[in-house]
Amino acid sequence: MNSANTSLKPEISSSFDWERIRADFPILQLKIDGKPLIYLDNAASSQMPQQVIDRLVRYQTTQHANINRAVHYLSEVATLEYHNARCKLQQFINAREDREVIFTSGTTDSINLVMHGYGRKFIKAGDEIILTTLEHHSNIVPWQMLAEEKGAKIRVVPINDKGELEVDEYEKLFNERTKFVGLIHVSNALGTINPIKGMIDFAHRHSVPVLIDGAQAAPHIPIDVQALDCDFYAFSAHKLCGPTGVGILYGKATLLEAMQPFKGGGDMISSVTFEKTTYNTIPHKFEAGTPPIAAAIGFGAAVEYLTAIGIERIAAYEFDLLEYATKRLSEMPGVRIIGTAEKKTAVISFTIDGVHPHDVGTILNQDGIAVRTGHHCAQPIMQRFNVPATSRASFAFYNKKTEVDALVTGIKTVQKIFL
Amino acid sequence: MHTNSLYQEVILDHNRKPRNYGKLDHANHHAVGHNPLCGDRLDITLQLDNDQINNIAFQGESCAICKASASMMTSAVKGKSRADAETLIHEFRELATGKLDISQPNHLGRLTVFSGIRDLPTRVKCAILPWHTLHAALNSITSASTESTESAPPMPDNA
Repeated sequence: MNSANTSLKPEISSSFDWERIRADFPILQLKIDGKPLIYLDNAASSQMPQQVIDRLVRYQTTQHANINRAVHYLSEVATLEYHNARCKLQQFINAREDREVIFTSGTTDSINLVMHGYGRKFIKAGDEIILTTLEHHSNIVPWQMLAEEKGAKIRVVPINDKGELEVDEYEKLFNERTKFVGLIHVSNALGTINPIKGMIDFAHRHSVPVLIDGAQAAPHIPIDVQALDCDFYAFSAHKLCGPTGVGILYGKATLLEAMQPFKGGGDMISSVTFEKTTYNTIPHKFEAGTPPIAAAIGFGAAVEYLTAIGIERIAAYEFDLLEYATKRLSEMPGVRIIGTAEKKTAVISFTIDGVHPHDVGTILNQDGIAVRTGHHCAQPIMQRFNVPATSRASFAFYNKKTEVDALVTGIKTVQKIFL
Repeated sequence: MHTNSLYQEVILDHNRKPRNYGKLDHANHHAVGHNPLCGDRLDITLQLDNDQINNIAFQGESCAICKASASMMTSAVKGKSRADAETLIHEFRELATGKLDISQPNHLGRLTVFSGIRDLPTRVKCAILPWHTLHAALNSITSASTESTESAPPMPDNA
């Protein structure tokens, strides 16, 4: 499936029992200062359903041991369950082989792995790396560190006033020095879904590998790494209803095999003497030390949960919610939505005339509404739109239209206090 | 959580009509304060003669808490000696971080309106940034950051 062309029409959202799904999330029963929690900060971290919590408890109470080492029962069970989790992730993104899925500590760690493992080996002085204005800091800073170390150069794809990448400008950046592309799939600050399939194909015509930062895409739209033909794809569990501290890096096996290890120690070796170490095969070569076993197993349970609902169904439901929220907020005087791309996930970044986002966040919190305020670790986007920060409401499939209504009421309260 | 007690009319008023807003043309001390976590920036200029703050101004992009804090701070320290200003900086930091017993004598006066900030740990830095920046300016440090201890005023041993 080509995720760039996925239809987000909400035709199936009405026939599904979303209230039953909502009941899976115990945290949504919380009250904040006596008001029901309205959690609209899903782009930062999504909540965990009981099914994933139960899986973590089961692992921790009946299956925990270190993996790949001992011959006793628990170690065998833990090793098997950790491997099963890898296979679930492989299926989730349609990777060709399970060894193409590396467990990392999250998206940032995954991108750093590619920078150290691929970049430091293959990128030389004078080479150019293409990034975009929409990148999250975690897909900017590692490449700047590499560029500084190697004497390479970063080139940046601009965006238009809607927050969409200017693909023509992207294509103009390519030349014989271009050696790598780092590209965010969905903007965390604006929700823009980038046309990555075409951009990957264009890079490949110039024999340039492409890393996709999928942190904000994987929870909301179907991912098929074979259809995309991306070289690397990175995302974290905690934005997909899973635990923090774990994520994956997908990489094409041939590339992973050619790369140098990022971290040394533990299972990443095949033999060690003080004269020489030989490295283990992938994926173990990149999983130094004891991995986050429980978190990885929880990650597997989380993608199983999401798959059971269906990512297409989630995408359609959230798109419906986005349309409703966009309509309600754009009708409000003094409210400006930043990021109005044709293709978006359910993220609304906004400013309120005369009120700083920090104050918006604090006042909304009085009504139990959790939004993110700040620069969302994407300062180049804030500079592009000439704002110091925005307020961001980011939705998940367990949010509902009455929560959008509560946000609108909360914004009216903010305006009443400050204006 | 006592958000209402924080956003009191006096704070909202200083946010709407900040006092001493702008830049002094003939300042002999200057510092820029920055909160890298939210992107807020504050520029403080002051005229210090014989260890007395004869004039002070601020400008920048910030939230209501930070702007009101800067407005009230500049009003409070104008005409005061450097030593008195440093005392206020210390007491305000203690107030914002919940370490000051406001029933005990202090020099803060109306600034105690910020006592509610102690219940909002994520906003403490917003209130402290202007004071942090003033301390930097008084000590000829040109920039201050909420994430750096370099320009921070000394804290008591139990901090």
